[in-house]
Amino acid sequence: MAAKKPKHLDVIIAGFGGQGVLLIGNLLAYAGMNAGLNVTYIPVYGAEMRGGTANCTVILSSEDIGSPIVHRPQSAIIMNRPSLDKFQPRLLDKGVQIVNSSLIEPRLADTKRVKSVLVPCNGIADKLGNSRMANMVALGAFVAATQIVPLAAVIKSLENVISASYKDLIPKNAQALEAGAAAAQ
Amino acid sequence: MAKNKRVFIKGNEAVAYGALAAGCRCFFGYPITPQNDIPEFMSKAIVDAGGEFVQAESEVAAANMLLGAGACGIRAMTSSSSPGVSLKQEAISYMAGSEIPAVIVNMNRGGPGLGDIGPSQGDYYQSTRGGGHGDYRTLVLAPGTVQEAYDLTVKAFDLAFKYRNPVLVLGDAILGQMKEPVTLTPTAKVPASEGKAWRLEGKGKRKPRIIKSLFLEDGALAAQNRHLEAKYASMAGEVACEQFQLKDADLVVVAYGSIGRIAKTAIRKLRAKGKKVGLFRPITLYPFPDAALAKLAKAGKKFLTIEHNLGQMVDDVRLAIRGLADSAFFGVYPGDMPAPEDFEEPIVKALRRKA
Amino acid sequence: MSPAAVKDEILAFDRPEVVADRATHYCPGCHHGVAHRLVGELLTEMGLVDKTIMVTAIGCSVFLYNYLLLDAVEAPHGRAPAVATGVKRSRPDNFVFTYQGDGDLASIGLAEIVHCANRGERVSVVFVNNTVYGMTGGQMAPTTLIGQKTTTCPGGRCREREGMPIKMAEIIGGLGGTVFAARAALNNVKNIRQAKKFLKTAFEVQTKGLGFGFVELLSACPTNWKMSPVKANQRIETEMIPYFPLGIFKDLSGEGGVC
Repeated sequence: MAAKKPKHLDVIIAGFGGQGVLLIGNLLAYAGMNAGLNVTYIPVYGAEMRGGTANCTVILSSEDIGSPIVHRPQSAIIMNRPSLDKFQPRLLDKGVQIVNSSLIEPRLADTKRVKSVLVPCNGIADKLGNSRMANMVALGAFVAATQIVPLAAVIKSLENVISASYKDLIPKNAQALEAGAAAAQ
Repeated sequence: MAKNKRVFIKGNEAVAYGALAAGCRCFFGYPITPQNDIPEFMSKAIVDAGGEFVQAESEVAAANMLLGAGACGIRAMTSSSSPGVSLKQEAISYMAGSEIPAVIVNMNRGGPGLGDIGPSQGDYYQSTRGGGHGDYRTLVLAPGTVQEAYDLTVKAFDLAFKYRNPVLVLGDAILGQMKEPVTLTPTAKVPASEGKAWRLEGKGKRKPRIIKSLFLEDGALAAQNRHLEAKYASMAGEVACEQFQLKDADLVVVAYGSIGRIAKTAIRKLRAKGKKVGLFRPITLYPFPDAALAKLAKAGKKFLTIEHNLGQMVDDVRLAIRGLADSAFFGVYPGDMPAPEDFEEPIVKALRRKA
Repeated sequence: MSPAAVKDEILAFDRPEVVADRATHYCPGCHHGVAHRLVGELLTEMGLVDKTIMVTAIGCSVFLYNYLLLDAVEAPHGRAPAVATGVKRSRPDNFVFTYQGDGDLASIGLAEIVHCANRGERVSVVFVNNTVYGMTGGQMAPTTLIGQKTTTCPGGRCREREGMPIKMAEIIGGLGGTVFAARAALNNVKNIRQAKKFLKTAFEVQTKGLGFGFVELLSACPTNWKMSPVKANQRIETEMIPYFPLGIFKDLSGEGGVC
């Protein structure tokens, strides 16, 4: 999948509340929109969110998008163990998942049925000076692994999701995206 | 608002953007999930635009504030979700009876009762059969995309004033919470003369105007109902629907709103497997696109209605094609989250069914 | 009467133009007519007739628009203060008032009146309290007095069972958005004069943009009280006023109102 450029890609991004999974979902959707694709983004919310896991579904497509809800995704970004338990079995055969190996034991990642890209997101973010940017590392890795949008489009879209008062954080986040992409190569 | 600006927003926000683009001047609301983005957004945006925002003491009060604003010929709205819309029915009935224009948004959630905060289409009957007491209809627009949530909200205001009637925009928790790119249109200039023939503004030197729904004099209520009936019939021209891959289809899947687009994905998957199926997505639920459905039935196609309820719109589908065809039904229970995979098997089954 | 006698007649009493010249549907001895007239006189004297939007309620006074020739919208039962909020927010330069009875305002519409007052909506409320549901045939109202017999408390209102009659002028006077709250009675000329004075202040707090104004008017319902009009007037004096004291419960009209 990484080799050819798909016209349609859906992804479930999941992790703990506070890991910024909704933020990178938005960022990916903006990048898709800015790259001229149709996009949808839908979060889970309410009761399910209070349980401690958050997830969202993003679809990027060259044709108009039907269902914004995907039960069996083509790809996933998995930021913690409960999310792996929940979504890895649902991933389509030969699907791609980014697995945050800082918080998930690598042996738990399925490497036969699906393609798992293990990235120590928190570790890389720590080295960059802020473990809260683990989400950006993961998204960088995802974009590199799937080639759904150019990394530059994602970096350029940071201004869409980071409010003006935090503008000075954009270069750091861009670095985290790049580091993630490098880790996935 | 710059011309043709493109934004990435939730369905709830699109409704609010659409209302502002339509020149909505007053918003009356009450918090209820999953539509809180609308009052939250409006509490600032409509005030910045020179309008009024009131967080009412109840849904009942919010809808009655809307009644007051509408009687003045002012573009106004309220938004809510199912339990809240039940409470608004009193005022909606009065507005229909008094011929007061108003826009009411319902981001349908699961019921009955408190239900849940997830999506549902359980309010189809309530929306399309009037909803409150008495014999009346409201125009019902059912967006399936965030762009449509925007466009149809703009349209809802025009229709409300064109027909002097409440207009419902019926979405659900999926549409309210999902984000898509939306192309914005320039804000409409509402003509100062809108509603000039009937709106309340103080009698000045003319005769007093009375906006009411009480008709006790002999024959007066019957005359009013006759007038309303003719008005509802005149709305038929507003009918709208999306037809997708129906030309060669053996089976027509009828589904509206979010369920319509989820069905579209299922249809695409089945098309890829060579199944001749297509989608008919009503965009107006009242008036209902009967004629277009009847035409498909005449062409000998089979029908399957899919809804996020126990079967409501299927009644209208069957009425539209009566004598020509029947419609099978597949329902997702409110409380369950539908996915395209859920629809594939029922569609294949309906395709195999004898016509 | 000879034509000459007619010529010598001097017109001593007339109706303001805003009050319709038509036969009343109210019962003999009913005070709605007095209340209607007071409102009509004041709107005329204050020059408000042309820019008034009236919100009518459900009850005997539902036909208010047949007597006061004003732009009017009919509110559902109890909702007049919410409707008036919508009207005033839409047309802030117009004069907006509601006219409601006790069942409408103090029972089914309690939330609407309390919040309208508490928000300090720039509207005026005329509240006619006759301790009974008149139009529906004399059922117990939230203001029905202890011991008073109605069709739904045939043995008389009982505190243990139905609670105490609700004192609206006091309640409204206790709310932050209220600028003026008062109670008057319509049973004699002195009290009617006081009622007019209170109504004027309640209207002025709106025209000056100060906030919410409220006047409760103790009124007779001889039909449902099963009394003659004279006895009914006496009942206001001997039974109602001792429980519902007349006077002003809040008046910030001289202090610039509420923000």
